[in-house]
Amino acid sequence: MIHHELVIVGGGPAGLAAALGAYEEGLRDILILEREDQLGGILNQCIHNGFGLHTFKEELTGPEYASRFIREVLERKIPYKLGATVIDVSKDKVVTAVSQEDGLLLIQADAIVLACGCRERPRGAINIAGSRCAGIYSAGTAQKLVNIDGLKVGNEVVILGSGDIGLIMARRMTFEGAKVKAVLELMPYSSGLNRNIVQCLNDFDIPLYFSHTVVRIHGKDRVEGVTVAKVDDHLSPMMDTAFEIPCDTLLLSVGLLPENELARGCGVELSRVTSGAIVDENMMTSLEGVFECGNVLHVHDLVDFVSEEARNAGRSAARYLHKEISSDAEEIEIKTSGGIRYSVPQKILRNGDFSPIQFKMRVNNVYKNVEIVLLVDGEPVARKIKQIVTPGEMETLLAKEESVRRIKEGKEVEIALRRRG
Amino acid sequence: MRELICICCPLGCHIKVDDSDMADLKVSGNSCPRGAKYAKDEVTCPKRVVTSICPVEGGEIQMVSCKTKDSVEKRLIFDVLREIRGKRLLAPVHEGDVIVPDVMGTGVDVVATKTVLRRNDG
Ligand SMILES: Cc1cc2nc3c(=O)[nH]c(=O)nc-3n(C[C@H](O)[C@H](O)[C@H](O)COP(=O)(O)OP(=O)(O)OC[C@H]3O[C@@H](n4cnc5c(N)ncnc54)[C@H](O)[C@@H]3O)c2cc1C
Ligand code: SF4
Repeated sequence: MIHHELVIVGGGPAGLAAALGAYEEGLRDILILEREDQLGGILNQCIHNGFGLHTFKEELTGPEYASRFIREVLERKIPYKLGATVIDVSKDKVVTAVSQEDGLLLIQADAIVLACGCRERPRGAINIAGSRCAGIYSAGTAQKLVNIDGLKVGNEVVILGSGDIGLIMARRMTFEGAKVKAVLELMPYSSGLNRNIVQCLNDFDIPLYFSHTVVRIHGKDRVEGVTVAKVDDHLSPMMDTAFEIPCDTLLLSVGLLPENELARGCGVELSRVTSGAIVDENMMTSLEGVFECGNVLHVHDLVDFVSEEARNAGRSAARYLHKEISSDAEEIEIKTSGGIRYSVPQKILRNGDFSPIQFKMRVNNVYKNVEIVLLVDGEPVARKIKQIVTPGEMETLLAKEESVRRIKEGKEVEIALRRRG
Repeated sequence: MRELICICCPLGCHIKVDDSDMADLKVSGNSCPRGAKYAKDEVTCPKRVVTSICPVEGGEIQMVSCKTKDSVEKRLIFDVLREIRGKRLLAPVHEGDVIVPDVMGTGVDVVATKTVLRRNDG
């Protein structure tokens, strides 16, 4: 068995930034394991622009954003293996991987960063009646087929789900000469960014139907059309509103799920809300020395936040290896209320480290004119006023040193959403 | 009267532009000056960055992604795409390489957004 101080699972933006973070803290014995044959993760197939606005103050495409991080990793000569799929992580941090080059690979690690991203909810996760015919793809699979393999996926397209990937694919398919007939959204609002609705749908007169869903898929060998209906307040289809849209392709963009088989396998405690691990302010999971970051921890909409969070996780892993941090302290649970679904981190360690903490969270509905407040024993210690918050956009709240001190000296900590005025 | 959704920040203000006098556009509904500028541009000459892919021969992968280096007039999007589609590239292609110079006479180049090395070039 070989040994490495730090093993990073996944070479997407999270894995790359985690490696750079660990390197900055002086760690050199790092190994990144990536199952695809290139670094960069999902960004390789996201050829549109709009990445890195926060970090680089310019709009990059996915591949350009990735290459900036890949270049840094190469310049620092941080070792990585491609085509290496991690199949197991054990409680005592033995990482098992398979690769064409090395066959079965057993690595004893002192610390592990899980950065394996998320995957799309498959068709099975939503229930649509109809034959199992060709022409049904998840939006991400279609994105890969079109952008990486250069294939034409369909001519007449209906897209179910108005998340960003669905919206981006509506434009992409239009660019490839397809006719996108409709985008259907079950909820009365889109989980995608407004700018994407404007640039990807409105620009090309693609209709977006809110509170609508596909109730039936027609066709035998290939999709020939879908039956669509409006849904009531309980999201049940109202069949008297049903109508048919002829099409040869149906794209499903019905959400992302963190890929947490590895974490589950080694007994890391997972959150039922995010499907990712429960972590402290160092991004350490319930298993000492195992860290999570990026989309495997919780689904991000902006890659900038992924990079920032992952750099943090990488730094923490190095500091853990240098014995500067541990999870040896009482845990303070961060409660959420008033429409806030979750916060990451979910817990804070009661110790003497008062470094600022960036809380990330999502809300469960659209709210206008609100404030996000961090309360310690009922007293606000940090707040942010927002004219609008939506489930599609991650919110952040920074607790500065003084607030962190208050948290760590307090009893009850809560992040609440409050209506203003 | 034109109604727009501002795309300059997540707020997505609903903006109205009174375009009865094109020389004196009146913008309302925006929460900040950026929205006013966006709305005026959008009514006079909307522009977008176009991203697509282009086939590469002999490369480690088959497609190279590309973009217009700056935004081009929205009405030219499909012409720009046609120009890109007509290109056949030979590996290696490097990020930033010009694929179509001065596309459709806009003064804007289409450039590669990814490096594709020759197959077996390591
Ligand atoms: C289909 C899709 C499209 C998206 N489009 C956009 C977009 O347009 N704009 C945007 O801002 N965000 C988009 N996102 C979100 C975007 O992916 C994230 O912001 C960011 O890429 C997450 O980085 P990550 O490193 O956490 O995950 P990823 O980029 O998914 O990287 C994870 C990496 O881990 C590897 N991996 C997973 N499991 C293993 C294993 N067991 N062994 C070895 N390697 C493994 C994967 O191959 C992958 O390379 C999209 C996400 C998806 C799924
Ligand atoms: S007008 Fe200003 S505040 Fe409103 S969406 Fe545009 S940039 Fe944002």
